Amino acid sequence: MPLASLIQLKSIARTFTLGDSKVHALRDINVSISPGEYIAVMGPSGSGKSTLLNLIGLLDSADAGAYTLEGRDVNTLDQNELAKVRSERIGFIFQSFHLVPRLTAAANIALPLILSGMSAAERNKRVEQALKEYGLTDRAQHRPNELSGGQRQRVAIARATVQRPAVLLADEPTGNLDRVTGEEVVRLLEALNAQGMTLIVVTHDPVLGARARRQIRMEDGSIVSDITQPTA
Amino acid sequence: MKFTDTLRYAADAATGTPLRTGLLMLAMSIGVAAVVILTALGDGARRYVIGEFSAVGSNLVIVLPGRSETRGFNPANLITSTPRDLTVNDASAILRLPGVARIAPILIATSEINAAGKLREAMLLGTSDEYIHVRQQKLALGRFLAKDDLGHGSAEVVLGAGIRREIFGSANPLGKTVRIGDRRLRVVGVLSEGGQGMGMTTDELLIVPISIAQAMLNSNTLFRILVEARSREQIGEVKASVLKLITQRHEGEEDVTVITQDAVLKTFDKILGVLTLGVAGIAAISLAVAGVLVMNVMLVSVTQRTAEIGLLKALGATSAAVRQLFMAEAILLSLTGGLLGLALGYLGAACLRYLYPSFPAYPPLWAVLAGLATSLASGLIFGVMPARRAAQLDPIQALTKR
Repeated sequence: MPLASLIQLKSIARTFTLGDSKVHALRDINVSISPGEYIAVMGPSGSGKSTLLNLIGLLDSADAGAYTLEGRDVNTLDQNELAKVRSERIGFIFQSFHLVPRLTAAANIALPLILSGMSAAERNKRVEQALKEYGLTDRAQHRPNELSGGQRQRVAIARATVQRPAVLLADEPTGNLDRVTGEEVVRLLEALNAQGMTLIVVTHDPVLGARARRQIRMEDGSIVSDITQPTA
Repeated sequence: MKFTDTLRYAADAATGTPLRTGLLMLAMSIGVAAVVILTALGDGARRYVIGEFSAVGSNLVIVLPGRSETRGFNPANLITSTPRDLTVNDASAILRLPGVARIAPILIATSEINAAGKLREAMLLGTSDEYIHVRQQKLALGRFLAKDDLGHGSAEVVLGAGIRREIFGSANPLGKTVRIGDRRLRVVGVLSEGGQGMGMTTDELLIVPISIAQAMLNSNTLFRILVEARSREQIGEVKASVLKLITQRHEGEEDVTVITQDAVLKTFDKILGVLTLGVAGIAAISLAVAGVLVMNVMLVSVTQRTAEIGLLKALGATSAAVRQLFMAEAILLSLTGGLLGLALGYLGAACLRYLYPSFPAYPPLWAVLAGLATSLASGLIFGVMPARRAAQLDPIQALTKR
C-alpha cells in the first residue's frame, strides 16, 4: 500500500429500511484506494455497488465505519463542507448522462463552475478549453436533445472533469450507448486515468470490467474479491 | 454561487417552460392590474368629489344663523331663545376682519319671473357683486351685479342660463326688463351654463342685489354669509374671528354656525379613502390567489426537475444554493408578473381616463407600491415551501428517478 491513500474505507456498513425489513446494502467494507488507480466495481444488481459509489461520492453516508478521503475523516464534515468536497474533488458520470435539457452543452459543462461561484471570465475560459479537449467546440451551443448519445456522454464527462477532480466516479457509463461509442467513452475515461485521475467504474459488463487494473467484485453488500492485476 | 448566476439560472429555468410560466405571470399580472385599476377608480372618485367641492370656491368659510349643536338646558335659553338674525351689517363687519378677502351675503327665496309674456317659477338669490368671485362662477353674457355698498343696489338682475333659454330663447336678453315678484328689473348678465355648487345648479337662478331681495321679501335676515379667506392657512383663523365677532355683535350669544369647506372636504376625503382601501383589499384577494398559483407551479416544477436537483447536488450544490435557486425563480416569476400587471393596470386606468375624461382615474402611488410589494411577498412566502422541498431532496433518490 502506498503511504498516502486517497480513499480509505474501514468496516463500512449501510442499511436501508424497507417497510419492516432491513436491507444490508453494504456490510463490513474495507477498501483502500491510492491516487491514480483504475478500479472496476462489478457484481449483480442489488449487490451494493451503486451504494458504494454514492458513499464514496459523498452523496450517501455510512451507518457505521470510517471513511477517510484525502486524509480527512468524512464523518466530521457538515453538509456544506461535503458539498464543497463534491464540487472540487469528485466528478460523477451517470448512465443516463443527467444533462439539464434546457441548457446548451457549454452551459451544462459550466454548471459545476457556476455552483462553485467562479467568475464568468474564468469560467468561459475553462469551458472553452474543456469543449476543445473533448472535441465538442462545434456543438457548444447545442442542447442535449440535439446531440448523439456519445456526444452527450462526452459533455457529461467534460462537466465531471472541468473542476479537475481527484476521483472520477462512473456508474455504468456505457450502459446507454452502443458498443462503438461505448468504446470511445471508455477510452476517454482511461486517457483521463492515464493523466493521473483516479477512476472508479461501476459496471455489469465483464469486458469493460476486465480492462481495469483492479477489479472489486461484490455480492450481497460484501466484497467477495479484490484483485489487482500486475502492471504489464 | 454568484447572485447574478443564480438569477440567470432561475430565469433559464422559468423560460424553459414558457406556457406554464406565461400563465402564471398572467394570473399574477391580473391580480396586480386589479389592484391598480380598482384603486385608480376609488381614488379617482375621491379626486372627482373633491374637485367638485373645490368648485364651490376655495378658502371658503360659511356663516349660517342658528347653532347646529344643542347644549342641553341653559337658563339663558329662557330669556333669549330665538337666534338673532344674521344681517347685512354683520356681513359688513366681517369684511373688515383681518384675513378676509371677500364676502358675499346670501338670501334665497322662491319667486316668479315674468317677461316676454311668459311666467316661470325660479330661485331668487340676493347677494353682492363679490359673489361671482367667491363662488368662482363664469358669465356667458354681459356683466355681473354692479358694485354697491350692501344696501343700495340698483334694479338689475343676472339670469341663470336655463331661465334665459326658456324665456328669451336665442334672443339677446341684455337690457331687457323682466318682472320679478312686484318689481321691474333690468337684465345685465347671464351666467354660463352648467354651474354647480352647494348641491344645486345655477341654471335656474335669478341673481339680484341683496337690498332688492330684502325689500322684495320684506326681510332683514340673511340665509348665509360666504367669507373667503385670503389664503388656505388663514381659514382657521378667519373662522375663529368670525365666530367671535358675530358673538360680540349678538350680545354674547353664540347663535351662528361657522363651517369651513375644509371640514366637509375632509369628511368626504376620509370616506372615499376608506372606500379605496376597501376595493384595494378585494383586489388583493386575487393577488393571494395568484400567490397560491405560484406555489402550485413551483411545486410541480420541483417534482418535474427532481433529477436536475439531484444532479446539482452531485455537482456540489449546497442545500442553501438549491433553495436560493428555487426562491429566485419564484420571486422572479411573481415580480415579473407584478410589473406586467402594473403596465396592464396603468393601461386600464388610461383607458378609463380616455373613456371618461372628467374622471381622474390615476392609481395612487401607495396602491402601486402595495400591489408590487404584495406580489413580491406572495412570491417569497409561497416560494418557501417548494424551495425547501427541493433543498431537502435526497440526491440519490433524485438521481435514480428518470
